[in-house]
Amino acid sequence: MDLKDKLISSFMAFENTVNNETPVHDVRSEAMKSFEDKGFPSKRDEAWKYTSLNTVLKHDYSVFPKQENALEYRDIKKYFIHDIDTYKVVFVDGKYSSHLSQTTHDGIDVCLMSAALTKPKYRLMIENYFNKAATKDSLSSLNTAFSQEGAYIHIPKNKVVEKPIQIIHFSTGNESALLLQPRNLIVVDENSHVQIIERHQSLTDHPVLTNSVTEVFANKRAIVDYYKIQNDKQSASLVDHTFIKQKRESHASVHTFSFGGQLTRNNLNFYQEGERIDSTLKGVTIIGDKQHVDHNTLVHHIEPNCESHQDYKGIFADKSTGVFNGKVVVDKIAQKTNAFQANNNILLSDKASINTKPQLEIFADDVKCSHGCTIGQLDESAMFYMRSRGIPEKEAKALLMFAFSNNVLDSVKIPEIKQRITKIIANKLGVNIGFNL
Amino acid sequence: MLKINDLHASVEDKAILRGINLEVKAGEVHAIMGPNGSGKSTLASVIAGKEEYEVTKGEILLDNEDIDELAAEERAHKGIFLSFQYPVEIPGVSVTNFMKTAINETRKAKGQDDMPANEMLKMIREKAELLEIDRKFLSRSLNEGFSGGEKKRNEIFQMAMLEPKLAILDETDSGLDIDALRIVANGVNKLKSKDNAVIVITHYQRLLDYIVPDFVHVLHEGRIVKSGTKELAHELEEKGYDWIKQELV
Repeated sequence: MDLKDKLISSFMAFENTVNNETPVHDVRSEAMKSFEDKGFPSKRDEAWKYTSLNTVLKHDYSVFPKQENALEYRDIKKYFIHDIDTYKVVFVDGKYSSHLSQTTHDGIDVCLMSAALTKPKYRLMIENYFNKAATKDSLSSLNTAFSQEGAYIHIPKNKVVEKPIQIIHFSTGNESALLLQPRNLIVVDENSHVQIIERHQSLTDHPVLTNSVTEVFANKRAIVDYYKIQNDKQSASLVDHTFIKQKRESHASVHTFSFGGQLTRNNLNFYQEGERIDSTLKGVTIIGDKQHVDHNTLVHHIEPNCESHQDYKGIFADKSTGVFNGKVVVDKIAQKTNAFQANNNILLSDKASINTKPQLEIFADDVKCSHGCTIGQLDESAMFYMRSRGIPEKEAKALLMFAFSNNVLDSVKIPEIKQRITKIIANKLGVNIGFNL
Repeated sequence: MLKINDLHASVEDKAILRGINLEVKAGEVHAIMGPNGSGKSTLASVIAGKEEYEVTKGEILLDNEDIDELAAEERAHKGIFLSFQYPVEIPGVSVTNFMKTAINETRKAKGQDDMPANEMLKMIREKAELLEIDRKFLSRSLNEGFSGGEKKRNEIFQMAMLEPKLAILDETDSGLDIDALRIVANGVNKLKSKDNAVIVITHYQRLLDYIVPDFVHVLHEGRIVKSGTKELAHELEEKGYDWIKQELV
């Protein structure tokens, strides 16, 4: 039985385990139908031209983990940002882990999607927001069909959430191959501010495929800063879908740090549904071996006087491959839009490759839109310059790569995240230099 | 300190140095002059360890040790410093962080611990003052958007920080106005001691009024064709390089 058939039959079993009386039931059924019609994306789909899921889909994934697996905090502490106080919503093999988590209902809701989907007090929120930003593409639909667990975060108006919120999904590898489909919903009301850190982490070498959907609603003047740390094992793959709807004067940023995993696809969609909105999309990708990272972004400028800033840096070694597909749509009424997009890449080997494709669809006539992409090698003259000052080759290379990534790291507002990222990069490059740029 | 014997070097199979002999002792200043394309910058790069150049014959000895097999950074650790004719811009790395990394990597190579932060800051301040460098300048990205003069001053600042045994100044005077030239030369002179040596590569005599050489060598078609004292530089200034070429014929 192939994975699609397995999922279709699993869906019937899944339906029996969840409450069918809720409005979500219809949403799930419809989504399943949509997935059935479309199937998994293939290279024939324009949006998947450079990313093939074939090798990832060939495993016999368990859709529901058979047993509950417990983890000790001390064994996995290193995957947390642990030097500052944070809220934590932690899942192990798709199941909520209460002893690793720190949730709250004190003025804000940082809790579970499963609770939000079933408890009456969240019903209105779910009706208003659930699946209202996600698109109907096949993999998002598949996630919607099985949507059950993940983080539910609601920040009511005028709240500055002092502690960042970490959403972490662990997989233990107790199943031979595991498919995870986390579903997060984040609603940030007027004037509120929240910072979120998301990570998917496999703990063994068994294959894991995560098909994640996150919907974020940044209401009037809200500020949402989202950090995605992707440094997973070689056996783990991730298809992430993040949909962000912004209301007027809100600021939303997503920083994606892609350093690991077999195949990583980031679908990041921003919708600007008001004036004077600011959207920031930044990423640093540093990969090697046969790893593959694909950034597929969309910024839809729907209203006038808004800005978007995209800046993606990629460094590709060995036989690694990258894709950047950045689409900016400016509607006819979205005058005075400022949309910037940059994608810079360094190829460290002859066998590494990057496909970069800016896509601008501009229907307004009074806008500033720019895009630029570069593909180059490490600057040899800069290397000799640094080495002639006593900096060894490996460290000189690392310093150049840090410098290259610097303006993305620079806009990270949580110093502990910046330190962590710097450390991951240093580890990856095999250097130990205490510079901070 | 430095002894070069019958050095031949080529780049992409094109012979550029064709038998250089040169000895530089501690405490000396040598000037290497010569027309464009005579191999001056190549000689500087070969001594500093640029990999594009292949030494096909001969040897370079530093304190009686053949350095041909050493990487550029290892030569730097042994005290060789090259002030670049065209310093490279490195966006995203500040002057201060670059210097910290260079100094601590050099110390690491010698088995020493990192320089304590306060000591480093003090040193940076002192050396910046010597080169009349503004503090703000130190937090800027290395060489990015620097004027020609700022770049060269920054090179000598780095030399001051690294305290090399043998400094090679490759056309440090090019692109400098007279004030910057004076500052740079003054910096070099203050760093001079009986234990180190300087090789000044220049096209013109002008810099040699400030950094006075003990010996002057004329390079032509990859060979040192004439050596003398500082008077030779004046003679060259007056008569031009054609005079040397004719003498050779």
